[in-house]
Amino acid sequence: MYSLRLLASKNARLFEFAYDLFEPIVHALAPLWRTIGYQRVEKPFSAVERWTKGLMFDCQMCGLCILSSTGMSCPMNCPKKIRNGPCGGVRSNGNCEIEPDMRCVWVDAWTGSRQMKGGDKLNTIQPPVDHRIQGSSAWLRHVREMPTGAQAAGQTDAGSAGKT
Amino acid sequence: MMIPAPLLRDVPPGHSSSGRLERALRSGRFVVTAELNPPDSANPEDVYERAKVLSEVCDSINATDASGAHCHISSMAICALLIRAGYNPVLQISCRDRNRIAIQGDVLGAAAMGVSNILCLTGDGVQTGDHPEAKPVFDLDSTSLLQAIRTMRDDGKFLSGRKITSPPPVFLGAAANPFAPPLDWRPLRLAKKIEAGAQFVQTQYCFDVPLLRSYMEKVRDMGLDEKCFILVGIGPLASARTGRWIRSNVPGVHIPDSILDRLEGAQDQKKEGRQICIDLIQEVREIEGVSGIHVMAYRQEKFVSEIISASGVLSYESLVRQPAVRAAKE
Repeated sequence: MYSLRLLASKNARLFEFAYDLFEPIVHALAPLWRTIGYQRVEKPFSAVERWTKGLMFDCQMCGLCILSSTGMSCPMNCPKKIRNGPCGGVRSNGNCEIEPDMRCVWVDAWTGSRQMKGGDKLNTIQPPVDHRIQGSSAWLRHVREMPTGAQAAGQTDAGSAGKT
Repeated sequence: MMIPAPLLRDVPPGHSSSGRLERALRSGRFVVTAELNPPDSANPEDVYERAKVLSEVCDSINATDASGAHCHISSMAICALLIRAGYNPVLQISCRDRNRIAIQGDVLGAAAMGVSNILCLTGDGVQTGDHPEAKPVFDLDSTSLLQAIRTMRDDGKFLSGRKITSPPPVFLGAAANPFAPPLDWRPLRLAKKIEAGAQFVQTQYCFDVPLLRSYMEKVRDMGLDEKCFILVGIGPLASARTGRWIRSNVPGVHIPDSILDRLEGAQDQKKEGRQICIDLIQEVREIEGVSGIHVMAYRQEKFVSEIISASGVLSYESLVRQPAVRAAKE
């Protein structure tokens, strides 16, 4: 929803705070996800993610969420899908060159990131999207990939849960 | 008969390419590049005709890649023709029409053909062009494209990690718009593009020198002018009406009222437009950290030579004015 999306980048600090609380919980529950099976939890996870982030950020489920690096403004709402924006076509009123009635998602990213503690992550070069993972849960991927090597461990080895 | 492979041409030490543009920029003299307005034609003569008028004063000619999302002869073909005729073109690559597989293949092909400069662009949206119903690709963006080509060149690898037997020796460029919001972010954005691999940038049209000055001040504070050559976009306005149309219809082009007023008050607006352009060039060249200009004289290409000559940037005095060799820029 466009109005909620604008609200989210306006209150980026709040969302950063909420995410910082939420992230360790999902991580701490990693053994649980692993026991149930990542494939089995994928569907409910992506459903919840699609619904909540869709409502708040107009999330497009790219599968590689970088909201916390982009001032809580989803770059996939850019008509050019620029992951390292903004382009040079931003209008003088801060709106998109292609959709004149929409504020440039990167203008929002800039204002959002200025409030955030980790706002400088905006300067990180973002790799291109992996189109194979579109529609899948970025949260779950984050949990799976955080403790390096634990992905494989989840299936083959009963080793440590890794750090969360 | 053996055809000498352009790839095997000597790349001077400290250079990325064997091209004239990089040599000229590293020599420290003021550099002029210009954009070729691509014909809607399959006749090579149409390309040569347009290149000829620019070549009198330019170190390099930009071959645009369906700019404004309008269909024209391809940038790759323009480069092939220009190289055959002895020019040193800049191949513009936009991410709008091709995915990473096609683009990386094109980079190898271009380098094999003798292209030594590549300008990495995201590209205009299809909605702005003459085929708004087309599928926009945007698999990469300008920054990830820079990084991809730099990886190909420096690490000899595709994005997939697969090895390239003979990497492309290319000089990498990007676009910059110091005049579009968020203004505070623009220098940081340039830094990001440099980090991704940009060695030169060509900016959007500059009609507001004070705004450029404050941008360049931040750029210098961050030391970016030491890492990247900055060419400022310049072009003559045909009339106040054209200027007004561009201002409201071409996003990203910022034209202050003072310029339009000056045009409006002139008897011969076209001539005044060229004079404004000359004045802008003279002001821009005085800004520390500016390495040259990039001329975009849409439908006024025949005046480019005259404008550059009148500005004096290629006079003997100005060429020897900056003797410092800036080989340090990578």
